[in-house]
Amino acid sequence: MKTSHALAEDPGSAPQEFNYLNADYGVRSWLLTIDHKRIAILYLVMITIMFSIGGLFATALRIELLTPTGDFVQADTYNKLFTMHGVVMIFFFLIPSIPAVLGNFLLPLMLGARDLAFPRINLLSWYIYIVGAIFGTYAIIAGGVDTGWTFYTPYSTSSSQTQVIPTVLAGFIVGFSSILTGLNFIVTTHKMRAPGLTWFRLPLFVWAIYATSLIQMLATPVLAITLVLLLLERGLHIGIFDPNLGGDPVLFQHLFWFYSHPAVYIMILPGMGVISEIVTCFSRNQIFGYKFICFSSLGIAAIGFLVWGHHLFVSGQSVYAGVLFSLLSYLVAIPSAIKVFNWTATLYKGRISWQTPMLYVFGFIGLFTIGGLTGLFLAAIGLDVHLTDTYFVIAHFHYIMVGGAIMGYLGGLHYWWPKITGRLYPEFWAKIACAIIFLGFNLTFFPQFLLGYMGMPRRYHAYPPEFQVLNVMSTAGASILGIGYFLPIVYLIWSMRYGPKASSNPWNATGLEWQTPSPPPTHNFDRVPVVTQEAYDYPAMERNVG
Amino acid sequence: MNRFLFFIPEQASSVAAQVDLFFYFMVAVSGFFSLLIAGLIVFFAFRYHETRVEAGRPAIDDREHATTHGHGQGAVMLEIVWTVIPFALAMVMFAWGTSLYFTLVRPPAGALQLYAVGKQWMWKFQHPEGVREINELHVPLGQDIRLTMSSEDVIHSFFVPAFRVKQDVVPGRYTQTWFHPTRTGTFHLFCAEYCGTQHSGMIGSVTVMEPRDYEAWLATGGGAAVPGQSLAQLGERLFNERACSTCHLPNGQGRGPSLVGVLGSTVKLEGGGTVKADESYVRESILNPMAKIVAGYVPQMPTFQGQLSEEQLLELIAYVRTLGAKDGGAAPPTVAAAKE
Repeated sequence: MKTSHALAEDPGSAPQEFNYLNADYGVRSWLLTIDHKRIAILYLVMITIMFSIGGLFATALRIELLTPTGDFVQADTYNKLFTMHGVVMIFFFLIPSIPAVLGNFLLPLMLGARDLAFPRINLLSWYIYIVGAIFGTYAIIAGGVDTGWTFYTPYSTSSSQTQVIPTVLAGFIVGFSSILTGLNFIVTTHKMRAPGLTWFRLPLFVWAIYATSLIQMLATPVLAITLVLLLLERGLHIGIFDPNLGGDPVLFQHLFWFYSHPAVYIMILPGMGVISEIVTCFSRNQIFGYKFICFSSLGIAAIGFLVWGHHLFVSGQSVYAGVLFSLLSYLVAIPSAIKVFNWTATLYKGRISWQTPMLYVFGFIGLFTIGGLTGLFLAAIGLDVHLTDTYFVIAHFHYIMVGGAIMGYLGGLHYWWPKITGRLYPEFWAKIACAIIFLGFNLTFFPQFLLGYMGMPRRYHAYPPEFQVLNVMSTAGASILGIGYFLPIVYLIWSMRYGPKASSNPWNATGLEWQTPSPPPTHNFDRVPVVTQEAYDYPAMERNVG
Repeated sequence: MNRFLFFIPEQASSVAAQVDLFFYFMVAVSGFFSLLIAGLIVFFAFRYHETRVEAGRPAIDDREHATTHGHGQGAVMLEIVWTVIPFALAMVMFAWGTSLYFTLVRPPAGALQLYAVGKQWMWKFQHPEGVREINELHVPLGQDIRLTMSSEDVIHSFFVPAFRVKQDVVPGRYTQTWFHPTRTGTFHLFCAEYCGTQHSGMIGSVTVMEPRDYEAWLATGGGAAVPGQSLAQLGERLFNERACSTCHLPNGQGRGPSLVGVLGSTVKLEGGGTVKADESYVRESILNPMAKIVAGYVPQMPTFQGQLSEEQLLELIAYVRTLGAKDGGAAPPTVAAAKE
């Protein structure tokens, strides 16, 4: 992409120049900001806190699982820990992570816009998130909740004695934050693209965020309805899910997964968008199959709505429903395969540099491939009977959610860190951290595939001794992974003060966000950019260098 | 256990080897693609590393440019190839997985009928001869065993890794699973659906015995000193005690329909429509008699909701089964008969 005007000179040499960070320092200027970039920072702070809390829960789980007997915590405590690990990581970290932080920061910049379409609603989303987080925190402090993040009935409605209502309210509330963010992004993408920025000139990150927003808008209300029904059932015994009152407990699973399977794509699609941006930049190549990648995002978003029943293969749902859901689950795998092949082909005859974001891309593609392929095992209904509700499932979705989504998030955070903060992160430490995360991740989760096939059920506080060796490996991996996640928190914060100043375009990347200073001014662009080319014209850039 | 594939559980049922074979196929296919992708990434990352490619040289010449754009004909061919091949493989997986599933969910006719009830946090089993067990299930080797299951409280899941079977146990309805043990021994039984505090303590074992040992075991009341009454006998007693017998006369002349031969039959309902009379239907008709009214009868039966335990319901169903059944579980009541 090129703009019609000359780029601003390097702002790094002119620290007195105003940008969105130094325009104002007051607390009010942050808490009442309607600047999408500052709101992105507010989200970044919150989700980092949430990720740390969720990580602490995970640490306690892994310590407990070092030995077969339940000796580190009580069974009830263990059940609360895995529940809160799931609730915090999914609702308060993964779902908002890339959209609310990187999407918020980048979408207007990538579109050449001044801000999102509804800046005040954007701030409202953050406050709704905070209210949800307050309910969640209350639930934790008041004793925690032990239903599993899936809140299956009738356990959640008539058996659990824990803080189900505040936790469910937290999920209900934070969902509206997600809906409003999706709405904002959709309108912004439709209405605020710069002159010349046609749909097929959009960066693939925008396509991915757009597809994600569609899911957020359409699926999250179903979660809200489901959670309200759950609250009514628990509070007033209205008989929707309770078999003693004529209800059907499995109906809850249908409703819950109608949101929560598409939610998996809310978590992974933005990561795929990040990968498309980085892989082109550091291979100095056009993206291979631009349209195939953008349509595969939409395909995943659409088919993703039709596969929820694969979570219910052994629930007692109709045999033929199971077969149909199995077929649809195989169909949703194809667009993901297309993306992986296109990213790999993008590397071909490129000029590849191994900067940290690119290392995260390599890690993402490898881990996401394993996560996706093991999904095919679970989509095979005859094999899922043995594998479902075992550690095989745990390993599978962590390869997608952690190996995929979090690698994508961290890759994106490093890639755009100079733009967000105006500082470069320390490359050496970043590479070390990436390698530690990759190794620690595999050591943590690969043994869980084997545990699953051996038959170790999930959500077990104590387990038979033959499962111990693999559990010890997993816990050892988790401690390495923990160090890997701790490092970026340290060196990224360090770099905000001590890192070298970044130029407006340190990676020599295409894309409008690189054509404004780092960090950008509050109003993003001095003049509205005009786009005359397709995205990712790295070959032309390379020729100009020559 | 295989020394190198230590994570493959014992194959102790007729389907275990089939499930494992399919698993090996899946590992082979996904292993191939994982290595292909990883290999290509590593190769490209080194081969086209910036130190090996001249800076400033157009990464690709113009002739290739269209291809690598993903616009040219060659590129479209590639896209088609890497869409169609995974699609075809996915359909093979789907077909194989589905046919395996049909084997797993369809109990063969004449299977030995046992019952299970899950509750927080134990498994209760009932043999047709009346023997009851908790957290342990004894079954004969080499016979098809059909388990009909329900739950007293929350959802549980019956999981025996060595048999490769798992089925959720849902309150308010019956679910079924079946297996054909091929090896004597004692195997893990897990609850696989999270059910509260002692979920991980809701474990037990399935002991597979030689048929004659099983019969001896049954004859001694499963280790107890006095053999109890059979499940159907208990059900018959209940059937009379609760005065079911005053209305459900065998000749069809009573106020309620006859239950002779009802299990597995197709029942005509008042207002049109039919229902397949399986165990869930019988259970519903006891607990919620107004739900489905048999054609030609007046809705006047009282509800037994809250008055019968899950075990008593199973006893009643076992008794109804002895009145003749046309479903797959039309099991001869004893092992001895099953062998004939």
